[in-house]
Amino acid sequence: MSITLSEAESRRVVAGHGVPVSPFVTGTSTDEVIAAVATDDTVAYPVVAKLCGRAIAHKTERGLVRLRLGDEDALRQACDDLLAAARPDDGDVEVLVSTMVDGNRELIAGLNDDPQFGLTIMVGVGGILAEAIRDVTFRLVPISEVDAAEMIDDLGTQRLLDEFRGEPAVDRAALIEALVALAAVGEQEAGVRSIDLNPLIIVEGKPVAVDALVELDEAAAEVSR
Amino acid sequence: MSHDLGALFDPKGVIITGVSNHPGKFGFVTLHNLIASGYQGEIFPVGREPGEVLGRSVLGSIDEVPDGAADMVFICTPQAVNEELLRAAAARGVRAAFFAAAGYREAGPEGVEAERRLVALADELGVALAGPNGQGVVSTPSQMCAQIVAPYAPAGRIAVASQSGNFVSSFLNLAHHTGVGVSRAVAAGNAAALGIADYVEWFADDPETDVCLVYMESVDDGREMFERLRAVAERKPVVVVKGGASDAGARAAASHTGALASDDAVFDGMCRQAGLIRARDVEEGFEAAATLATQPLPQGNRVVVVTTVGGWGVAAVDAMADTRLTAVALPDDLYAAIDEKLPPRWSKNNPIDMAGGETRDTVPEILELAAAHPDVDGVLFLGLGIQSNTASMLREGGFYPDHGLERIVGFHERQDARYAEAAAEIAARTGTPVLIATELANARPDNAGPAAVRAAGRMCHASAGRAIRSLDLMARYANWRRARGL
Repeated sequence: MSITLSEAESRRVVAGHGVPVSPFVTGTSTDEVIAAVATDDTVAYPVVAKLCGRAIAHKTERGLVRLRLGDEDALRQACDDLLAAARPDDGDVEVLVSTMVDGNRELIAGLNDDPQFGLTIMVGVGGILAEAIRDVTFRLVPISEVDAAEMIDDLGTQRLLDEFRGEPAVDRAALIEALVALAAVGEQEAGVRSIDLNPLIIVEGKPVAVDALVELDEAAAEVSR
Repeated sequence: MSHDLGALFDPKGVIITGVSNHPGKFGFVTLHNLIASGYQGEIFPVGREPGEVLGRSVLGSIDEVPDGAADMVFICTPQAVNEELLRAAAARGVRAAFFAAAGYREAGPEGVEAERRLVALADELGVALAGPNGQGVVSTPSQMCAQIVAPYAPAGRIAVASQSGNFVSSFLNLAHHTGVGVSRAVAAGNAAALGIADYVEWFADDPETDVCLVYMESVDDGREMFERLRAVAERKPVVVVKGGASDAGARAAASHTGALASDDAVFDGMCRQAGLIRARDVEEGFEAAATLATQPLPQGNRVVVVTTVGGWGVAAVDAMADTRLTAVALPDDLYAAIDEKLPPRWSKNNPIDMAGGETRDTVPEILELAAAHPDVDGVLFLGLGIQSNTASMLREGGFYPDHGLERIVGFHERQDARYAEAAAEIAARTGTPVLIATELANARPDNAGPAAVRAAGRMCHASAGRAIRSLDLMARYANWRRARGL
């Protein structure tokens, strides 16, 4: 059996290994969230607020994501609404607030425990369109920087990595660093079964994960709590 | 740890079990093939009926083999008697056994148990166990075709390890067809003890082998295989053809990553990471191996195409679109040097279309200029055999040798042979691969052009696209090496 960590827990795990995630804070009450945003100098309006918890699998479908909150009042209202929407079977929940980041290009990256080869790392094109596009490439964990560079070279949609709609080319060094950091999560954290960074948005050329889900073996999940 | 398979590939003597006078039986065919391939070691046929088969006396028992005279046994007998035969063979000094015999894992639960016992016994006896349920083993340095079917193959530098016997035959047939030969070939059969990685590791140390060529379908311990094949790829190129590559299906996966992880996508990534040269099919795999075995490795991705006439160069550049290769813009000094050699109507571009303007020495000179240029990593020559094709019609048209035909036919054929020899010599001297493609390789292999390529020990590709694909696979491997400082 395995357990999927909440988005907030997942972000902390991957960010702890240097995977770039959009700036975020969390809180379990509206006041706590507002105070956290006020004292954190990385999170800036407009923000996105999400209700997250281990038992909440489909935030978007349940309307538990609020986008483009422009000021503290809007955030306060969103926190009240989200916390009120929690159901008893959601278990422990918290509100995650992160800086809204924008970019025209979305990648996907992840880890997966392959039945033949063990832990593999993936990078691909597409965010929500990833499964339709299927421009993905895999390697076995661990990877070197050379391996990561070759993964990026393997993608079929190279033009998407060059200058694009007025945005600079993807900073390959930053993407390599992100992939090596992601692989390190699999190497150094016990019991990782899968990780999804989806989407990984390209912001000023650099990849930033705006969602993260980490799936752990049940035993490892207990330790991480 | 690498197994010592010297007794399997270069045995000083071979015992064959199950030999009878029936030419349809595996024991008979194996004995025949071993003699026919010119095997120089001692051969000890063993069978139930005394007498002679193919002029060799059949021993009634392995115990009659002189001590130490044979170090390999080829087993064609029914499963039930084979453990006893293996013990007897080991007692005479046998160190390796190829089990063509079936009735093991592929035959159900009892076979599984028999195979387990066989592996344990071979371990206990210190015998390297190949098979069971395998086609055989071929080794050209020992002139040995120990197989229950055809073919044997010309000698060369490619070593084959295959999870399927049929594909050993395919590769050996292609070796015949192209003239680029093999050093060793082995069918892993059920791979009860020795698997693909064991054979390939041995090939890595084998002075008779330059390139490993693998056909595989299943991967048992993927992680271990990855590590072992990567270590070999650091030393010698390993070309992999994978059967069962289509997405076998739906993996129940919660994550997007899992949903995108088809077996083939993960296998492909593994190959790229390990430096394995993955080919799409058997022909492409053989041609890549044959090119690696006979050409220098390209230093990069920049290709120059040289054609005598026509649109073939366009097709070659089109084929590059699917690869990492690029038709490099002709550097100024190369342009100027070529411009001196050709009449003004040449293409002034890459592909270098000589537009029929070549004189007696032009083709070797242009190939030399291109291959020797520091900004060129590979050359493809198209148009070999045109002159000889004309010559063959002149020969066969009813007017030969009169009307001056003898002289011109001889000239054409000598020219094509010369171009093929020059390409081989220039590649060797400059360290830049010079590939040749013409459909005459298939259509008229006796044409003086392809025939001379073959005589030079090289691969004549049947189309520009196929040559480009081989060059691309070589370049990928070279890039993998360079990126790792190898």
